[in-house]
Amino acid sequence: MSSTATSAKLDSPKVRVRDLCLQFERNGKQEKILDHMDLTIQSGEFVCIVGTSGCGKSTLLHVLGGFLAPSSGSIEIDEEEVHGPDPRRIFVFQESGVFPWLNVEGNVGFGLSALPRQERTERVRHYIHLVGLGGFEHTFPQQLSGGMKQRLEVARALAMKPDVLYMDEPFAGLDFITRMEMRKELLRIWQQERKTVILVTHDIDEAVQLGDRVLVLSARPARIRFDVEIGIAHPRDVSSPEYLELRTRILDELGIGHRI
Amino acid sequence: MAISRTLRLVAVPLLFLALWQLAAGRSPSHVIPTPHAVATALSKLAKNGSLEKDIVASVFRITWGFLLACLFAVPLGMFLALYRRTRMALNPLLQLLRPISPLAWIPLSVLWFGIGDSSAVFLIFIACAPTLVLITLAAVSNVKTIYIDAGRNFGLSTANLLWRVILPAAAPQLLSGMRTTLAVAWSVLVAGEMIAVNSGLGFLIMDARNAGNRFDLVFAGMLSIGIVGFVLDAAMGLLERTDFVRWSLADRA
Repeated sequence: MSSTATSAKLDSPKVRVRDLCLQFERNGKQEKILDHMDLTIQSGEFVCIVGTSGCGKSTLLHVLGGFLAPSSGSIEIDEEEVHGPDPRRIFVFQESGVFPWLNVEGNVGFGLSALPRQERTERVRHYIHLVGLGGFEHTFPQQLSGGMKQRLEVARALAMKPDVLYMDEPFAGLDFITRMEMRKELLRIWQQERKTVILVTHDIDEAVQLGDRVLVLSARPARIRFDVEIGIAHPRDVSSPEYLELRTRILDELGIGHRI
Repeated sequence: MAISRTLRLVAVPLLFLALWQLAAGRSPSHVIPTPHAVATALSKLAKNGSLEKDIVASVFRITWGFLLACLFAVPLGMFLALYRRTRMALNPLLQLLRPISPLAWIPLSVLWFGIGDSSAVFLIFIACAPTLVLITLAAVSNVKTIYIDAGRNFGLSTANLLWRVILPAAAPQLLSGMRTTLAVAWSVLVAGEMIAVNSGLGFLIMDARNAGNRFDLVFAGMLSIGIVGFVLDAAMGLLERTDFVRWSLADRA
C-alpha cells in the first residue's frame, strides 16, 4: 500500500487477522465455525460485527481476545501474535462479568494491584466518575441495576487503559431506553479515550449508530460477507437518508430484506 | 407479627415441657427423668465445673479437627479441580474413603494416638476431610467461566487467579458445604468421645450411665450437646452473611 518504509510503519494496522479458521469437534464430526477470515483494523477504529444468531460472531471475538485458539491462521496485534488473553486488551462480556464479591471500587481497581496506592485510587475514582457511578463506590453489584452493572464492567475495563476493547453484545440484556443511553455513553467515552473498539451485536441499528465500520458475517461457517465504512459524523441522525440507506444495505446483506 | 412470634417462641417450648413432664410422670422415674430433675442435674454440672470442662474439651477437639481438615482439604480440592489427571488418579481413593464411617476409625485412632485429644482430633479430621475435598471440587467446578476468563484477561497468575477469583467465587457453595460437614463432625465427635477419650460431652453421657444409670445426667448431657451444636451451626451461619459471600443470595433470587 504505502511506498516508503516509514509510512508503512505508521500505517501498520492495530489488528491483522490472516486466513483465520476455527473448527470444533462435535459428536465426532468436525464443525466449521470460522472460515478463512481476513481482516485488518486500524488503531482507534470502532468496528461493529453483526450477523445472524449463532453465526459465530461471538466466537470470533473470543478468538480475537485470545480465549480460544484458532485452528489455523493467525491474529497479530501491533505485529505481535496473540497467544492468550492480555491485560492490554480487555473483554467486556455479554452476561455481566463483574465480580459480585467486590464492591464498585473493588471491581474497578481489580486489575490495578501493581500500581502504587495513590495512583490506583486516583484512577479508580476517575473511571467511576467517567461512567457516572460516582457515589456508588461502596455498593455491591447485586444492588445495581442492569445498566449500572454494565457501566461498571466498562469502567473496570477502561481502568486498565487497554488499547483494544472487545465488547460482546454488551447492551443486549438492557431495556430499550437504557440501551440507547449506554450507546451514547460509550460514544462519549470512546471519543474521549480513542481506544480501538471491536463490538459484536445482533442489533443493526446499534452497529450503524456506533461503528466507523460495520462487518457483516455470513451464516455458519462465518465469513466476512460485507465490510462497509459508515461515513456519517457523530452525533448521527438516525432518520437521515444516508443512515437509512446503510441500514437497508446491511439488512439486505443479512438476507432479511427490509419489508415485513 | 411480633405477638405471634413471641407466642411461637414461648408456646412451643412450653408445650414440649408439658408433654415431657406428663411422660415422665407416667413412667418409672429412672427411664424418663422429669424436666426438673434434668435442670437440677444441669445446674449441678455447671456448678462443679465439669460441664464447662467437658464443653471446652469437645469444642477444642472439633475446632482443631475441623480446621485441620479445612486446611488440608480445601487446597487439595482446588488443586484437583484444576488438574484433571490428578483428579482421576485420586478419585477412587476418595470415593473409597468416604463411605467408611468415621467411627470405624476408632480402633486405629486409639492405636495410633492413644486415648486423648489427638485421637478425637484425628477422628474429626477423617470424618471431614474426604467430604470437604469433594465439596471444594464441586464448588470450584461450578464457578462461572466468565469470572475465570475475566481474571485471566486481567493478567492474573494461576496462584492469583485461585486466590482472587476462584476462591471468592466458590466461597458461598463452599461455606454452605462446610456448615453441613461441621454438623456431621459434631455428631461424630460425641460418638467418638463415648469410646476413645475420657472427657467431653460424649464421655459425660457414657460416664453418667456407667456410674449407676444417672439418666438425669444423660439428659443434661444430651441437652448440652444440642445447645453447643446449635451455637456452632449459628456461628457458621454468621459467616455466610458476610459481604464476601452474601452476593450469592441475590444471585439465586
